[in-house]
Amino acid sequence: MSTGREAILGRIREALKLSAPMPGDHGPIAESDSDHAHPAPGAPAEIRAWLPPVGANYEENAAIFARNSEDLKTAFLRCPTRAAAHEALQKLAAEEKWARVAFHQSPLIDDAVAALGLPALETKFGYDVHTLERCDAGITACDALIAQTGTILLTATSAGGRTLSVLPPHHVVLATGDQLLPDLSSAYEILARKYGSALPSFVTLITGPSRTGDIERILVLGAHGPKQLTVVLVEE
Amino acid sequence: MNSTASSFLDNAKRVTADLRHRSLIQNALKGYLVKRDEKKAQFKDWQHARQTAAEIKWDAINHLDRYLAEFADKAEANGAKVFWASSADEARNYILDVAKQHSVKSIVKSKTMTGEEIHLGQALEKAGIRVVESDLGELIVQLREEPPYHIVFPSMHLTRHEISDLFQKKLGSEPTDQPEELTMIARRAIRGEYIKADMGISGANFAVAETGMISITENEGNARLSTALPRVHVAIVGIEKIIPRMEHLALFLPMLATAGAGQALTCYNSLIGGPRKADEADGPGEFHIVLLDNGRTQLLADPEQRDALHCIRCGACLNVCPIFKNVGGHTYGTTYQGPIGSVITPHLRGLQQWKHLSQASSLCGACSEACPVKINLHHHLLHNRRNAVGEHAPFFEKIAMKIFAQVATKPKLFEILSGWARFGEKLIGLVRGTRLDPLGAWTRTRSFPNSAPKNFKEMWRERGTKVEAKP
Repeated sequence: MSTGREAILGRIREALKLSAPMPGDHGPIAESDSDHAHPAPGAPAEIRAWLPPVGANYEENAAIFARNSEDLKTAFLRCPTRAAAHEALQKLAAEEKWARVAFHQSPLIDDAVAALGLPALETKFGYDVHTLERCDAGITACDALIAQTGTILLTATSAGGRTLSVLPPHHVVLATGDQLLPDLSSAYEILARKYGSALPSFVTLITGPSRTGDIERILVLGAHGPKQLTVVLVEE
Repeated sequence: MNSTASSFLDNAKRVTADLRHRSLIQNALKGYLVKRDEKKAQFKDWQHARQTAAEIKWDAINHLDRYLAEFADKAEANGAKVFWASSADEARNYILDVAKQHSVKSIVKSKTMTGEEIHLGQALEKAGIRVVESDLGELIVQLREEPPYHIVFPSMHLTRHEISDLFQKKLGSEPTDQPEELTMIARRAIRGEYIKADMGISGANFAVAETGMISITENEGNARLSTALPRVHVAIVGIEKIIPRMEHLALFLPMLATAGAGQALTCYNSLIGGPRKADEADGPGEFHIVLLDNGRTQLLADPEQRDALHCIRCGACLNVCPIFKNVGGHTYGTTYQGPIGSVITPHLRGLQQWKHLSQASSLCGACSEACPVKINLHHHLLHNRRNAVGEHAPFFEKIAMKIFAQVATKPKLFEILSGWARFGEKLIGLVRGTRLDPLGAWTRTRSFPNSAPKNFKEMWRERGTKVEAKP
């Protein structure tokens, strides 16, 4: 394999002997100086200055998350206590006639699933994919909620693997108030702080239920992933 | 004229005259423009965001050797197997070998333009492996046995009725005119494939050097399922997909979603860093990354057009291009359509064979303005025209230019000949619209401007006499 690597890297080094003008600069093309002549662009502060505005405090960010959820057709439920969250889930289960749910072992989720009193598939230590496919809902925790875009950040570690949050037709996320972040840049900061250099093999940002516009550019929800997405925010 | 150029002209003529096709495309893109502008307006500063994005990509591409090596080292440390493919052949053979090693019978594929570029699906099918496209638009064009129409919206040239007929014939479904029902038919058809497949194949939207992870952007969830359930995952990644740091995604993901589809953020943006780890519930046992050159280093070697490698494949330049909207995606005959395709295809597949694409432009600059990473697209089309002529000027054009230079540098001769031209114009009226009309190719669809009754020199002479005549 190393020959392919050296061949491609060699062609790249040869090609980069001439330097290209910076974006927006149409000056003459000069010999390349191999060192960084400019500080590396794209620091989080710079990115934050251009992206959509976010709230200054928890309440404002919760309101932005709620507004984005509405646009995205995500159901967003704010619950003052864990008990209220369990109740909201029970109501959802009754309305949609859930017969079986899937979940992963985690402090916030265990109690909620126990309160549902339904047959439940746990995924953390391996599972049968056909059984998971027949579950009515997948209930997971997450790493963060992002107000700016109405997004959920989760990983294979925080949400019971890669599949639980995408295979069942309804994905229910339980989050706590301290997990609500203002923007995307903070999401990457959280990842670095929480996992360091040992990131899980899978990290995803989920923004609304699965969707497609491939037929006449008309929006349809539930293409291959969940048709419904519910975020339950426990604010105790 | 070579065969690719003449088939471009034939197809362009046919499709442009198809009013049903034109209104379908233009209606779809009208909706896109409204949503894109809405999302752009939510940025605090879209223009500065473009500049920062362009600078990050400039840094990545102009230090590609360093970042690519960093990416590969990190990915290998995460447990990925990295293969460096110089050509399409090498990439295909490697993936076929991996499939053979794992006795793969069935593959589920999520959308990958790099896969289209190397004709991977066809090669795998030829080897007797079942390949199913899971993205709805890609599934539709696969069932029709045609290439994607648009790099982001592969099936936008089809109506719901055509798709219903197709599903009836190929999937045995009931007819319907509801996009929602059609989507559910595809959902049901593909569900079992994810579970059955031995291998999942994907592309990548970004390759993060800092963490050795690939980032995949999608709305449907098919890429997530294709990379979670099968026991082997292969990702094909163009070497230009590099970005230096993970935090840069905070800028690129919303810009890709906004420019690409008028969304604030695409539904799923997933980072994949390796096979399933020991403490994880699921995921493939093997993860292969195929880094593809296939002509990209040739484009890199042209500093004038190197920024074409900044492209994040959002498709915005196609969506605003007056040529694309009229000739349609299939007319290009390339993997990458529209302005970006017209710029890079001559570099990837040969300038002389594809130079006609540089003429498929009104040079209006809408593409450059729409580009979220500020690629100077319409200037590059001019560069390609210049380079094509510099390399190999057509004999007729060379002679015509020599004659013009002679005439234009001799004022007397110029005046005599422009007088003849005015006389000739009157004669052309006699043959207009017939096969004898020497300007027929132009005047069939356009008018030809008439010369002024008097040229500048004549007017100047008349005016000069009058001035002198005054005491």
